Amino acid sequence: MPVEPLFLQRFDVAGRDFTGAGKASTTIKSILREIGIAPAVIRRAAIAAYEAEMNVVLYARKGTMELRVTPRDIQIKVCDEGSGIADIGLAMQEGYSTASEEIREMGFGAGMGLPNIQRNADTFHISSVVGQGTNLEIVIRV
Amino acid sequence: MGEFFHSVRVAPEKCKGRMACLRACPTEAIRVRNGKAVILEDRCIDCGECARACPNAAIVPQTSSFTDFSRFKYTVALPSPVLYGQFRRDVLPRTILAGLGKIGFDDACDVACASEAASIAIDEYLSRHRGPLPLLSPFCPTVVRLIQARFSNLIDLLIPIDSPMEIAARDVKHRKSKELGLRRDEIGVIYVTPCPAKMVAIKYPPRKRVSHVDGAIAISDVYFPLLSAIAEAGNDQPEQEEPVRGTGLGWPVLGGQVSSLRAENSLAVGGLSDVERILEEIENGKLSDVQFVECQACPQGCCGGSLTVENPYFARSKILNLVARFGSTPCQDRRKIHDLYQKNYFSLPGRIPSRPFAPLDKDISRAIAKRKLIQETHETLPQIDCGACGAPTCRSFAEDVVLERAPLEDCLVLAAGRAAGRTGRNTGAKVRTA
Repeated sequence: MPVEPLFLQRFDVAGRDFTGAGKASTTIKSILREIGIAPAVIRRAAIAAYEAEMNVVLYARKGTMELRVTPRDIQIKVCDEGSGIADIGLAMQEGYSTASEEIREMGFGAGMGLPNIQRNADTFHISSVVGQGTNLEIVIRV
Repeated sequence: MGEFFHSVRVAPEKCKGRMACLRACPTEAIRVRNGKAVILEDRCIDCGECARACPNAAIVPQTSSFTDFSRFKYTVALPSPVLYGQFRRDVLPRTILAGLGKIGFDDACDVACASEAASIAIDEYLSRHRGPLPLLSPFCPTVVRLIQARFSNLIDLLIPIDSPMEIAARDVKHRKSKELGLRRDEIGVIYVTPCPAKMVAIKYPPRKRVSHVDGAIAISDVYFPLLSAIAEAGNDQPEQEEPVRGTGLGWPVLGGQVSSLRAENSLAVGGLSDVERILEEIENGKLSDVQFVECQACPQGCCGGSLTVENPYFARSKILNLVARFGSTPCQDRRKIHDLYQKNYFSLPGRIPSRPFAPLDKDISRAIAKRKLIQETHETLPQIDCGACGAPTCRSFAEDVVLERAPLEDCLVLAAGRAAGRTGRNTGAKVRTA
């Protein structure tokens, strides 16, 4: 059986780094464009990647994003080291947010991040350990 | 992908391969091959940065010249209002228009007035719009091309209102053909342009329609004849009323569109890198509380276009001075524009197509494999972006190697390392930091 081509790239994301925030998702977008993924699919992947990246920047100490592209799908894995999420069910509700006043001041923390990722993903898994961190697995079919 | 008409062309006999354009190009569309610059047609967005950067004037704008207009029975110059900012402060728009009539055109008409009409039409459009925000100004051809190439998700945010150039041209053709009893195709309407990109907007408008404009001549090509014509005409009679007026006078400077609108929540962004950044943010769903964004490829707006003569800061101050003196007297009747708007006089039919840069391969499996190979090739390169290979960055060179546009041997740093018996990435410049 021929080996399926796979593109893989990892990105480090620093918590609280607002100058670099959004860089990983911008790069992901340009990689998908170069590969020739349909614009509508790129749009969904870009929104999911951006929300996931901002979650790391806003709520975690640091994290990594891993992009995998195969001819079938786009997979984005995000692992962060941070406070974690106590109640995932609650966090998935639109409008629920634990964001501080400071974060809301900057226009974030509307409680739409995770629901937005779910809306744009074909499959979405989230797991979290309080005090350790959160893992996201986003899959978007090509 | 079809054909690309471009507003600039490399003149090989003038090009000395000095690579200034290579670094200036924001889309990495230039390579130096065999000592001469070459433009990758499908990646060029007609910004004119290469022409501005070239020390040998080897990047030639594809604008018209006077001899191209001999086929017309009557010619009318439509100067971009940028032209009003190119002369001394005491030279008023009416003098400049009169001067154009003496240097080879039969007549000249003002465009600032059409800019005011366009701004009222945009106000109408904004007040009726119920869809996603912000809406984007459609008037900088380079920004539109950038959106077509990289931000196709934002295409529907471009306001479908005709440009002042087209509004004025249509009006002039209609008026002059009646006045002179000529057919419209016997009247040549020539835009006097601050940038080469307008030529693309005339020849290949993004909505695939036929332009009312027949050609574009560079401001820099009319400047000196015009200067003498103005000097010959002598001083103005100050008591004569200035016919060129209204908010459209401010359109040549960055923010001019924004300040001519009634919309309160709008902003202006100039310079391609800042424009790209704001478009990224809009794509990420930011700025959805802003109504209108004016994006201009040139940092100063059109008065900083690559075919202008005057220093853009001076031109800006001259334009702002005109706005202060004549800007507050409207030249358009808002109610009349409102009625024309209702009759779809300003609106553009059809959708702007997305025109992405060519992917690495049409086949997605092969494209993924190539992208991986590019990454691996890039890791073996010195990553100092010296440009000696003829590509602007090591990253674009890696792409050229994988797409077989250049051999790996073109990397002089690797070659030097090989000659010295070193291999891999720890060659050349990287060795210095090791």
